[in-house]
Amino acid sequence: MTQHFLEFERPIAELQAKIEELRMVGVGNDLSDEIQRLETKTRELTKKIFDSPKAWDTAQIARHSDRPHTLDYIQLIFDEFDEMHGDRHYADDKALIGGTARLDGKPVMVIGQEKGRKTKEKVMRNFGMPNPEGYRKALRLMELAEKFNLPLITFVDTPGAYPGIGAEERNQSEAIARNLFVMSQLRTPIISTVIGEGGSGGALAIAVADCVYMLQYSIYSVISPEGCASILWKSADKAPEAAEAMGLYASRIKQLGLIDEVLPEPLGGAHRDPQTMAALIKQTLIEKLAGLQSIPMPKLLELRYKRLMSYGR
Amino acid sequence: MSWFVKLLPAKIRTSSTQRRAIPDGVWSKCPECTAVLYLPELERNLSVCPKCLYHFRINARSRIEGFLDKGIQHEVAADLQPVDRLKFKDTKKYKDRLSHAQKATNENDALVVISGTLKSKPVVVAAFEYDFIGGSMGTVVGEKFVQGVETAIELKAPFICFSASGGARMQEALLSLFQMAKTSAALKKLASENLPYISILTDPTMGGVSASLAMLGDFNIAEPKALIGFAGPRVIEQTVRQILPEGFQRSEFLLEKGAIDMIIDRREMSATVARLLGKLGF
Repeated sequence: MTQHFLEFERPIAELQAKIEELRMVGVGNDLSDEIQRLETKTRELTKKIFDSPKAWDTAQIARHSDRPHTLDYIQLIFDEFDEMHGDRHYADDKALIGGTARLDGKPVMVIGQEKGRKTKEKVMRNFGMPNPEGYRKALRLMELAEKFNLPLITFVDTPGAYPGIGAEERNQSEAIARNLFVMSQLRTPIISTVIGEGGSGGALAIAVADCVYMLQYSIYSVISPEGCASILWKSADKAPEAAEAMGLYASRIKQLGLIDEVLPEPLGGAHRDPQTMAALIKQTLIEKLAGLQSIPMPKLLELRYKRLMSYGR
Repeated sequence: MSWFVKLLPAKIRTSSTQRRAIPDGVWSKCPECTAVLYLPELERNLSVCPKCLYHFRINARSRIEGFLDKGIQHEVAADLQPVDRLKFKDTKKYKDRLSHAQKATNENDALVVISGTLKSKPVVVAAFEYDFIGGSMGTVVGEKFVQGVETAIELKAPFICFSASGGARMQEALLSLFQMAKTSAALKKLASENLPYISILTDPTMGGVSASLAMLGDFNIAEPKALIGFAGPRVIEQTVRQILPEGFQRSEFLLEKGAIDMIIDRREMSATVARLLGKLGF
């Protein structure tokens, strides 16, 4: 598979290209020692570059076109996924998907934003930017989960809720607010994982939870770095500065005590090895869920409330 | 000019001198009908233009003062001070923005919460101070709001909030985003005690404030012609590349679309809210 390299990965790309070259020339000649040497060097360089990328570089990884999305993880982590459609009032929002599935044999409800990969699919998914009907579908599924004691697993990956005319007409604000309101006391365990982009209220609307994880190179912020830069710096070009100032990367957010854990990604990012990433998420979800399910419901809701109240105290 | 005002297209922007309810001097000009108004009289009229009924933006304290009964009032969480946890700096340091805003408004942060009485019945009222960094919601706003709700629960009284805000406060990054969840969770608790929450949306109520506490009222009431929405008009225009329809995101538009229960003139607000609460048994 051809790899897509990001700007800051250029030194790795150059080494990779050199190795390819040697392989071509190497037919007949024995260059395996040299190739091996360069491969080791590539690994070390990748390790170094990915050890602590800049905030803006992290944002690029989080938005990488090859990065596994919600549907990829659903396929790799769960069995028997049955997708449910529609908010029962207006439409089916393809930017926000959800349905019942089995995690390690046990039934759960899964919800997440889906960005889509190829151009046509991205358009169909509205680039992962849900409309109010998406959040209302999510709400319907959350309440269904509560009714049948299904734990709720959510995957966050959105640039934000869609800023469109129709979205405003159908009250995007209320759709998001209602989910925050209901999730705060939903009588079932909730685990949220930010897998890519956690864009503002549009992300939070499915991420009020008993436990919140972030993948190592995912981001989570109150506004996109571009949006923040154009407002505060009066220029979207200052997005790298804005990304740094907001500290939108997982290790910083963990440091602030706003999430539970950072899940380490495979070398070079989740897209280099989706199977390994998915296996870690799966294991983490199974273990955490067992823990949350052993807590009596009133206690769980009390802990969730305390958690929410602790933000900024 | 605050960052939020700059987001507005020029045609719906009002300059800060026009906006200020009580400018220096004795006369003020209505930005809507250009009538020249005698200030003491304008204030007596709760900063509503007597000629065209334009609602001037007013500060949090005058708003609460004009709304509650005169007499015993207690301020909730009056001493809470904002903290620059992220050491945030854009073209200016957040710390400096805070101290500037504190001097300009004489408030610690962008929310004032008072427990008092409305037509002799106990209520807790919160009001956003728009002149404090665009009324943006950071951790102090979130915490004060929650303490206000908790006070209402203790007093078994209704909670009322006047919102006027550009949204979440970017300088507090994710901490400010999470205030949306925090305030909404407190309102859920209030609801589970069967206590009323009345949300009064004033000009402007946008972004994270609109998408949390402002849209969760048992009754959502707006002042006339207030700008209310999730995304700012300019962001929407840039996204959809269309000219927005006339009156888009104004109170009258929201009423038409079913987002709010009613539009009430500021001078009728106390009487209306008291009447509504009365029928709910408060």
